[in-house]
Amino acid sequence: MPLIKEVEIEYLKTKKDKNFQDEFAYYLEHYIGRPSPLFFAERITNDLKGAKIYFKRDELNHTGAHKVNNCMGQILLAKRMRKKRIIAETGAGQHGVATATVCALFGLPCVIYMGEKDIKRQSPNVFRMKLLGAEIRSVSSGSKSLKDAMNEALRDWVTNVKDTFYIIGTAAGPHPYPSMVRDFQSIIGKETRKQILKAENKLPDLLIACIGGGSNALGLFYEFLDEREIEMIGVEASGLGLNSDKHAASLSGGKPGVLHGNKTYLLQNKDGQIKEAHSISAGLDYPGIGPEHSFLFEEKRVKYVSATDKEALEAFTYCCKHEGIIPALEPAHALAALKKIAPKLSKDKIIIMNMCGRGDKDIFTVAEALNIKL
Amino acid sequence: MSQRIKKIFKNKNKKLVTFVTGGDPNKKTSNEILDSIIKHGADLIEIGMPFSDPIADGPTIQISSNRAIKSGANLDTIFNIVKNLRKNNNDTPIILMGYYNIILHYGLDNFVKNCKLAGIDGLIIVDLQPEEDIELLNKLNKNKIDLIRLITPNTTMERLKIIIKNASGFLYYVTITGVTGRQSANMNELKKIIKNIKKYTNLPIVAGFGINNRKQVREICQYTDGVVVGSSIVKIIEKNLTNKKNMIRLINKFVKELKKGTFE
Repeated sequence: MPLIKEVEIEYLKTKKDKNFQDEFAYYLEHYIGRPSPLFFAERITNDLKGAKIYFKRDELNHTGAHKVNNCMGQILLAKRMRKKRIIAETGAGQHGVATATVCALFGLPCVIYMGEKDIKRQSPNVFRMKLLGAEIRSVSSGSKSLKDAMNEALRDWVTNVKDTFYIIGTAAGPHPYPSMVRDFQSIIGKETRKQILKAENKLPDLLIACIGGGSNALGLFYEFLDEREIEMIGVEASGLGLNSDKHAASLSGGKPGVLHGNKTYLLQNKDGQIKEAHSISAGLDYPGIGPEHSFLFEEKRVKYVSATDKEALEAFTYCCKHEGIIPALEPAHALAALKKIAPKLSKDKIIIMNMCGRGDKDIFTVAEALNIKL
Repeated sequence: MSQRIKKIFKNKNKKLVTFVTGGDPNKKTSNEILDSIIKHGADLIEIGMPFSDPIADGPTIQISSNRAIKSGANLDTIFNIVKNLRKNNNDTPIILMGYYNIILHYGLDNFVKNCKLAGIDGLIIVDLQPEEDIELLNKLNKNKIDLIRLITPNTTMERLKIIIKNASGFLYYVTITGVTGRQSANMNELKKIIKNIKKYTNLPIVAGFGINNRKQVREICQYTDGVVVGSSIVKIIEKNLTNKKNMIRLINKFVKELKKGTFE
């Protein structure tokens, strides 16, 4: 508890500090390459014959996903707090790579906890983290996936509380992480507003993003939450189907509970034991969701739908061929939902989807799913 | 406040508190283990409510929790175990220890009612903070069940006051920063902190996490009202899964040995 309080106190102080905000802005621009473009996906728009579709191209960030925005914010905070060691959990490996990257940038030792199952299916990212100097600790307890990596990182943190900063990768976990991660990711929505006004001279009608813990979605949505006329859709991963017991859709298939220091929707069995999630996308393979999404769900401000492994795979190949963008399997879920919705909207409507990660890391998983031998 | 807890701490002898996971390795054996632990010297017993994600526990208790879940143990199993123990014993305080999600899922009213019926005296909920526990606390107070609070080497003075405010039964001092069953306590730190806590409260203080032999029990009992031993008992279960007789014999021997440490 004192360690969480310390982060909260420091973060609230730092948030208001202009020097910190300037430093953060500097690295976002010169190291990560922000602002990321807002791209009119013309061929997909023409193909779907409905609303005009834009991609917010966070997959073009350094390290290939939105995750690095948050890592940059948190490591700058860790530096201010004079922490000497960084730990993180990772699922798909994107957050691990982003954390290892900023640790290399600032010369801090880095330990990444990763589920044994994820290490196997995300080998390119494991190698990238090692190249960047991180130590990978394989987690073989429980479902051997993201939730267990987070358990183990929390255990490390309480053991090494004095010198260690825990960079949580999504808008979940104990307070102040959900709001801190959201704040660092909200750059996505802020840029989007300027960019769409410049391109179309009006605001979008609909925002779409995929949801694991939900940080890329909150990053896009947060800026627009008060504009009630803008609709928002979060896309969870329904794996082999919502009725199959093999999915990762916490809102559609879970109940409120307490895990990792937050109360939120969780996949759990009749006794309150946390169930294993399943998704073809390691980044969405988490049995919980950030608490702010649970709130937005109950408030009905954001609509939450889901896409299966199969639908995501179809959207993945569709995006490659129509736009020359290999998406990560995570935003492929958002695209799968978008493909169903866009044709129903008139041509004067604008949809913005967060292309939150690139798919290079997923090519082996996709090849295997499509029965292609590399 | 629980009468059993109150009564046992009236006597100033140092207390041996033991922990095992309820339902590990199965309901029947778990019942026999607990029965035997009480007979061989435990003054208070803690029973772990198995949870899939025990983030404050090291590998030994994680695995034991999984074993219990696999054998089908849930909260009803734990209540049954306690009811069985209470058939022969009405004095030893029984404390349930675990994580909040399964209690929340069971329903707070239903949970507290069943605790009362089974004869449970206290609860330790590792991931429920004083800021969030008022709803449960009120229900427990009405039923004279103690909510036992944890204090760690990192607890600040400011926070100590918040923790002590609604604490009852006794306080549980976590001797290390970390998870169960890994390192052992820094004695100088422990001595200083316990002395400090005693300035703010008259509640008994027991210390746990990382205590696994008679010598440590003896040392720590110089400064506290008792010790908690968990992982090293659970380890005996783990190592003797195929030989129940031997498992219980070794646990008895170990508990007797630990108990001696409280007298020295």
